[in-house]
Amino acid sequence: MCEHYYQKDAETMPEDQLKELQGKRLAGQFKWAYENVEFYRKRCREAGVEPADIHGLQDLDKLPFMCKDDLRATYPYGLFAVPLKDVVRLHASSGTTGKQIVVGYTKEDLDIWDDVVARQLVATGASSEDIIHVAYGYGLFTGGFGIHGGATKLGCTVVPVSAGNTQRQITILKDFKCSILACTPSYAAYLGETLHDMGMTPDDLYLKSGIFGAEPWTEAMRREIEKSLGLKAYDIYGLTEIMGPGVAYECKEQHGMHVNEDHFIVETIDPQTHKRVPDGQKGEIVFSCLTRKAFPLLRFRTKDIGILDRTPCACGRTFVRMSKPMGRTDDMLIIRGVNVFPSQIEEVLLSKGYPPVYQIIVGREDNNDTFEVQVEMTEDNFSDVVGDIRRKENNLSAALQTILQIKAKVSLVAPKTIERSNGKAKRVIDTRKLHD
Amino acid sequence: MTINQISVFLENKPGTLSGLTETLAENNINMRAMSLADTSDFGIARIIADNADETAALLRKNEYVVKVTPVLALEIPDEAGSLNRILKLLGTKGCNVEYMYGFTGRKTNSAYMIMRATNVSEAEKMLENSGIHLVGTIELEKV
Repeated sequence: MCEHYYQKDAETMPEDQLKELQGKRLAGQFKWAYENVEFYRKRCREAGVEPADIHGLQDLDKLPFMCKDDLRATYPYGLFAVPLKDVVRLHASSGTTGKQIVVGYTKEDLDIWDDVVARQLVATGASSEDIIHVAYGYGLFTGGFGIHGGATKLGCTVVPVSAGNTQRQITILKDFKCSILACTPSYAAYLGETLHDMGMTPDDLYLKSGIFGAEPWTEAMRREIEKSLGLKAYDIYGLTEIMGPGVAYECKEQHGMHVNEDHFIVETIDPQTHKRVPDGQKGEIVFSCLTRKAFPLLRFRTKDIGILDRTPCACGRTFVRMSKPMGRTDDMLIIRGVNVFPSQIEEVLLSKGYPPVYQIIVGREDNNDTFEVQVEMTEDNFSDVVGDIRRKENNLSAALQTILQIKAKVSLVAPKTIERSNGKAKRVIDTRKLHD
Repeated sequence: MTINQISVFLENKPGTLSGLTETLAENNINMRAMSLADTSDFGIARIIADNADETAALLRKNEYVVKVTPVLALEIPDEAGSLNRILKLLGTKGCNVEYMYGFTGRKTNSAYMIMRATNVSEAEKMLENSGIHLVGTIELEKV
């Protein structure tokens, strides 16, 4: 098989060479972060570690962990290692679960980002001959600009459609003869449906592959998308804190996602003991950025659970492969691409005068996440007039939408029908089977 | 003069309505009239029973969400046009009716309309001034 690589030397680097490179970069990056990020320096002093202690990979365990709360506590620029005038781009998370996570990039950081995304594209068979339809949102979200940068660097013809106006997107896919689609898996499924509703078939399009990520998706969804759009669907993994898309990517073998190990160290740890677990065992995924200068995040705990696989891949890339995220260490849900914590729902209920007796039911229908919040009716909230109850339901639904950024169906149910238990109540019923 | 109507919250699931009637039957409570307002997710059963407070207490004990609402019980002749006359009157005076349901007397030849007005006291005054007979709790037990 003729394998194409975007940066062959990096992607097929022998393991021992790669480890040495990682070690060298880690020492340099640690010194950089320690000297330039006050918050991190304080954290390291508390942990009793300084640049003189870090020489290579063998010292990785000495580094303290960072987590999302640290990023929230230093909002917006507290973790930046360069002055703002050297930051040419800012991206941020949606901020639905707390303060927004803000990350910055220098010009060189953006070049690295372009490269790691370009690697994904080439790994799936893309080249400058391709016309890539980018339907990830363009904005503070890293998805749109991330793919855009990598595709431009590779030399593809980039169609920056962003999200929305689905019928028009189908027309563009057809008229512009786009060969690659980049968007979330849910949106891809929706495009497939819309194509069908418009009376067309995959034969009317020119797509050969798709790059989908930014939310969990199953093998069943992959097959569905491949069928409805007539393309080969590839997984891409990233997170705002680490870079955006391009942290890890599927090659043509599709047995896990190669992590760009020359730029990111990936570990899996036991979330309780914090000790690294062996490859092949489930653990919390932790990333360290080796080359970014503006935002040099080290040992960031993602709260995603996954497995690492270091066995050789038929594609020839020596980068370790990570599984799709298999779960979370907290109770966070991802619904329609948005992070939701049950505690947020509880807060809204209490603020609206409902007792915190509720159940969240998440399902999947027609390739879309369904989201229902069942709340017990109380005498205080009961009215003799249907219109009043409806108004209250809508009121609650609107309040939830403001906080969660997505629409929930609110169902009022009879009292004492929602299971109560001491200790952890089963608040969430998720029938989506996201983690096979 | 108003009477007390009991409203009960019911989930729109098979068995909830019969659960309610079972509870009433077991406790020997007779309904004079019942109306069911429905939506796709839930319903409100509105009941006129002989002893509203007792019935409400019983239902609450059985975990039902209950509200006791003052409504107007109008006595009107059981003949064509009588309801129309009343509604036209209410309409001209700008009185809004939320809902209405009716039943006929056991011992009389009258029809009785249970009516919930947005402004109960205003509607009450209006109807009484127009010579319409509003039935009270005690009288209702006898008709």
